[in-house]
Amino acid sequence: MTAVEAPAVPGGAAAVTPRAPRGRAWLGAVAVVVVLAAVPLFLAPFATTTLTRILVFALFAVSLDLLVGVTGLPSLGHAAYFGAGAYAAGWVSIHVTAEAPVPLLVGAATGAVAAALTGWITVRSAGVFFLMLTLAIGEVVQELGNAWESVTGGANGLTGIPSVRVAGAPLANAGFTYWYVLAVFLLGFALVWLVARSPFGAALRGIRDNERRMRAIGYPTSLYKYAVFVLAGGVAGLAGSLLAAQARFVALPDLGFATAAFALLAVVIGGAGSLWGACLGAALVIVVRDALGPSLGGHGTLVLGAVFVLVVYLLPRGAAGIRLPGRRSS
Amino acid sequence: MLVSVLNGLAIGFLLFILAVGLSIVFGMMDVLNLAHGALFLGGAYLGAAFSGSWGGFLAALGIAAVGGLLAGALLSLMTGPLRRRSHLDQALLTLGVAFVVAELLIIAFGDDPLSAAAPPALDGSVTVFGAVYPAYRLVLIGVGAVLAIAVYLVVERTRVGALVRATVADRDMVATIGIDNRLVTTAVFAVGSLLATTAGVLGGPIYGARPGLDATVLILALVVVVIGGLGSVRGALVGALIIGQADTLGRVLLPGLASFLLFAALALVLVLRPQGLFGGPAAVGAR
Repeated sequence: MTAVEAPAVPGGAAAVTPRAPRGRAWLGAVAVVVVLAAVPLFLAPFATTTLTRILVFALFAVSLDLLVGVTGLPSLGHAAYFGAGAYAAGWVSIHVTAEAPVPLLVGAATGAVAAALTGWITVRSAGVFFLMLTLAIGEVVQELGNAWESVTGGANGLTGIPSVRVAGAPLANAGFTYWYVLAVFLLGFALVWLVARSPFGAALRGIRDNERRMRAIGYPTSLYKYAVFVLAGGVAGLAGSLLAAQARFVALPDLGFATAAFALLAVVIGGAGSLWGACLGAALVIVVRDALGPSLGGHGTLVLGAVFVLVVYLLPRGAAGIRLPGRRSS
Repeated sequence: MLVSVLNGLAIGFLLFILAVGLSIVFGMMDVLNLAHGALFLGGAYLGAAFSGSWGGFLAALGIAAVGGLLAGALLSLMTGPLRRRSHLDQALLTLGVAFVVAELLIIAFGDDPLSAAAPPALDGSVTVFGAVYPAYRLVLIGVGAVLAIAVYLVVERTRVGALVRATVADRDMVATIGIDNRLVTTAVFAVGSLLATTAGVLGGPIYGARPGLDATVLILALVVVVIGGLGSVRGALVGALIIGQADTLGRVLLPGLASFLLFAALALVLVLRPQGLFGGPAAVGAR
């Protein structure tokens, strides 16, 4: 298992070390990318597939971190947009075309539109109400997926999704699928990273730390929260389209409560606000659930539930939070 | 139609028993207990495992009551240190407990859905105004109504209830006048959890017991609490009866859209009255 996790750890830590010289941070990031790009050459197909799943879930967790860590909006229904993107990308691959950019764009657009339709209610609420509302919306979307059987396949899930095609050639091999997922992951990660570092991102952190003051300064905070909600929904939809490409099967649990909760766990383990941390958290969740789960008699959920409890007591600021004291104070 | 209205009443009272504990625990301790649905599921599995006889039914109720009290006291102890931390931490903690409990229940009772039969004498049907109706649900309406009135009277009319309401309104002030509010909150958390497990046993013959039911009932209870207003017994009752009717009538009139109806009701209430129908200003997240 360490073989799967190892590539992400050293570089990730180096890249977020506080006050690291810029050059070293960049060097770390480049090293991570190079290692990530090279691993399928050395790993067995099963490990490559696990790593692919980690990347998919990591992009989803990163999109959630934009809400939870950067803006301070703890969503428990983010899987709704992830699943919606996955269903849309899968559906368009089956019925229209699996040619590369199409499922990606359709998935991202569906996630963004779903978030735009539901977000105006959620961003009006704060704190625990936001938590409850996103939870309820996630459940409603799952219900929609169950009821709309002609499109989603209902309880059976959406099956028979073809491989993604790049320039006409299907990506049948696990290694090629991995590189495709890695490329899109890096694109999505870079997008979220740029947003978080932009003036817009600074305003979001201001809203997280003191929304009333931001409003007093003259920021239309509700509009900002709505915008980031839609953006996060779009990135989650993009991650969903990667799920459709990797698993080639989408089912109701991908929309549901547990998926959303595990993404939240990934964000919190990594230290909310740290995008690298969210990726590490995602790796832990996927390794426990998918790789260790079968050897635990299918009870990976039990372990993750215990991890939730431990994280709250032992890592009040997440793993990255421990490594980076005072990160929040800036 | 009459059958649907009665079904709505039965589900409404069941939801009240489930939701009132969630509501008061939140109002008092500021803890959103996401393990509440898992406690219900525990009761439902107990009810299913012991179903088929009066003895079994009563035994299930007894075990569920004791288990609920213990679980609530434990949850109260676990969330105590988090009181001054964010809602997210409490949510994560109780979410973790919910996953562990649900997974242990699956290990104990298996993956397959279990059905629970009503106790023997109530297993049949009776005729109500010319409509054939399951006797158990009729009794459930009666029991639910009695429980609702009892909880309401205890909270609104007794000294203990006054203490509970005072702690909901301002726990620090209650501490100032020399009352150990930790004891009060632990007791309320325990009773709230007892109500959740009891609702599980009572709801067994309606919902059965299956993996995933915990999330379903948790959402229903949250919707009830948000509509009624956090920390309000009256709100939980009205919210539960509204959701009971919306859910059952929705299934009859607009099949497939029932859950959207719930969501629409929730959205409407939140837009018009963000603190819920009976929530005071204190109930709206000061933190």
